[in-house]
Amino acid sequence: MPTRTDTLAEAARLRAAFEDAGAQAVETPILQSADLLLDLYGEDIRARAYVTSDALRGEQMLRPDFTVPVVQMHMSDGAEPARYTYSGEVFRRQEHDEDRANEYIQVGYEVFDGTDPAAADAEVFALFAQLLAPLGLRASTGDIGLLMAAVQGLQTTDRRKAALMRHIWRPRRFRALLDRYSGRTQMSAAREALLAEDDPLGTAPEIGVRSRPEVAARIDALRADATSPPISRTEITALDALLDTRETMPFAIEQISDIAVDLPAIRPALDRIHTRLDALVARGLDVDHLDFEASYGRTQMEYYDGFVFGFYAETRPDLPPVATGGRFDALTRRLGQGAEIPAVGGVMRPGLMLELGR
Amino acid sequence: MTIKLGVPSKGRLMEKTFRWFAARGVTLTRTGSEREYAAAVEGIDGLTLVLLSAGEIPRELAAGRIHLGVTGTDLVHEKLARWEHQVAELEPLGFGQADLILAVPKFWVDVDTLDDLDAVAAAFRARHGFRLRIATKYHRLVREFLRDAGVADYALVDSQGATEGTVKNETAEAVADITSTGETLRANHLKLLSDGLILRSQATLWQSRTAKMTPDQRRTLDAVLRRVDLA
Repeated sequence: MPTRTDTLAEAARLRAAFEDAGAQAVETPILQSADLLLDLYGEDIRARAYVTSDALRGEQMLRPDFTVPVVQMHMSDGAEPARYTYSGEVFRRQEHDEDRANEYIQVGYEVFDGTDPAAADAEVFALFAQLLAPLGLRASTGDIGLLMAAVQGLQTTDRRKAALMRHIWRPRRFRALLDRYSGRTQMSAAREALLAEDDPLGTAPEIGVRSRPEVAARIDALRADATSPPISRTEITALDALLDTRETMPFAIEQISDIAVDLPAIRPALDRIHTRLDALVARGLDVDHLDFEASYGRTQMEYYDGFVFGFYAETRPDLPPVATGGRFDALTRRLGQGAEIPAVGGVMRPGLMLELGR
Repeated sequence: MTIKLGVPSKGRLMEKTFRWFAARGVTLTRTGSEREYAAAVEGIDGLTLVLLSAGEIPRELAAGRIHLGVTGTDLVHEKLARWEHQVAELEPLGFGQADLILAVPKFWVDVDTLDDLDAVAAAFRARHGFRLRIATKYHRLVREFLRDAGVADYALVDSQGATEGTVKNETAEAVADITSTGETLRANHLKLLSDGLILRSQATLWQSRTAKMTPDQRRTLDAVLRRVDLA
């Protein structure tokens, strides 16, 4: 393991490189509002972040990442376009794997610039690729926007689409919903009986905040859903093919173009990927050997909603990714109180870089 | 050098643990006054009895301050991260059975599964502006269970007692608690989710994996385990 001094020196070097690329260095507080993070990530964040509290401010979390506070800072008083860099500790609670660090240094680069999103994506990726080049890492890319577009374009009810959108980041639940909406799993006998009843509400006393009218409203919704036609075989097959797409970029684009015949709603997202490809080529990147996985970033990168990427040490599968990043337009909308701005960025881990560089 | 056995310091759990050992020829007794937590062991040499709160026994086992301990599966799983690395499960003792379950109001006729709970949580948050609250004292177990099931938009609120009353008091919408017969649930107009069993628990004899032992202590431990038919 590199010493802390070495890691901080490496972090300073990387941050200076980002400053040379035009970024302004910023600092963020270590203690973050627990309420905000819980709102964004749900209760699961408690398993990943250290929670502390005092009697005055209530629960606080030790910063699990920089993106949220940097977006907050930018949305409250940043001018556009803006490029930021930062370095410092992030803290990750570990409950299952002692070998994973619970505190480590991250260096990041974030671009808030809506003029040419594809160019901004390429700028961030190219900068990361260049700084990481000496380590010979494997890069993976993906695009969450593609999957979102596919779901939005399904020939089914808005309610089903909203349910699927909500679980894009939870592949198992997403699959279960898809199986139900496509008729692959049957409704339970008990549920069928309930929906068939004239007065399903029963006589048990109404207690708590959720009211009987809310129960009745959901039964109506379940009845309506039961009469909605299943999502077609064609669409499900196409969606499965999309989720399975894992190719080098040019072949991936070809494959996705074929899928777009059955899922025409993904065409604008596909066009964006194409534009990004051109922007990456313009930056001198070897896209012929760059991986594209349509499902990439679905399990842990919850605030990304467009381009996503990660850099991995293939010889060290035991290590977490050395760098990750992506586009987070939706996060700026959530934190912007009405405002929003296209944004893309990423973080790298100087400690891992030193360890691999030896 | 003796080895230490941790046993819950009061109530039925203590009495039944004493009975379990007595049936195997090891007599555990509380000594001194009613309120003094002193204890004695007869029938085997080298074993010291330590009376502790059931909730502290997992921690003491993990720290290696006691070699053996009796407490519920629920407490070990909740309080020890990667519990299987810190303690070994020697024997379920056949009492103290209780299930950690997830329950919702009985009049929620539209909710039978975790899948329903997740859908309701989304609608609840949209309508009320806050996440659906689940009252519990088993935060880690419940959170991991719900994460594995892919349930979102809920919040855990801490409840150290009278948990089944929280729904009526409007401090939670659902509860995750220990139940043995379900009587308290029914009395509070709650029902179990059909796939809402989080953990089956019972009083269990555990061995610390971290406690250091001299060869002498190792022999004592072996003798104790032979006496209670576990070796």
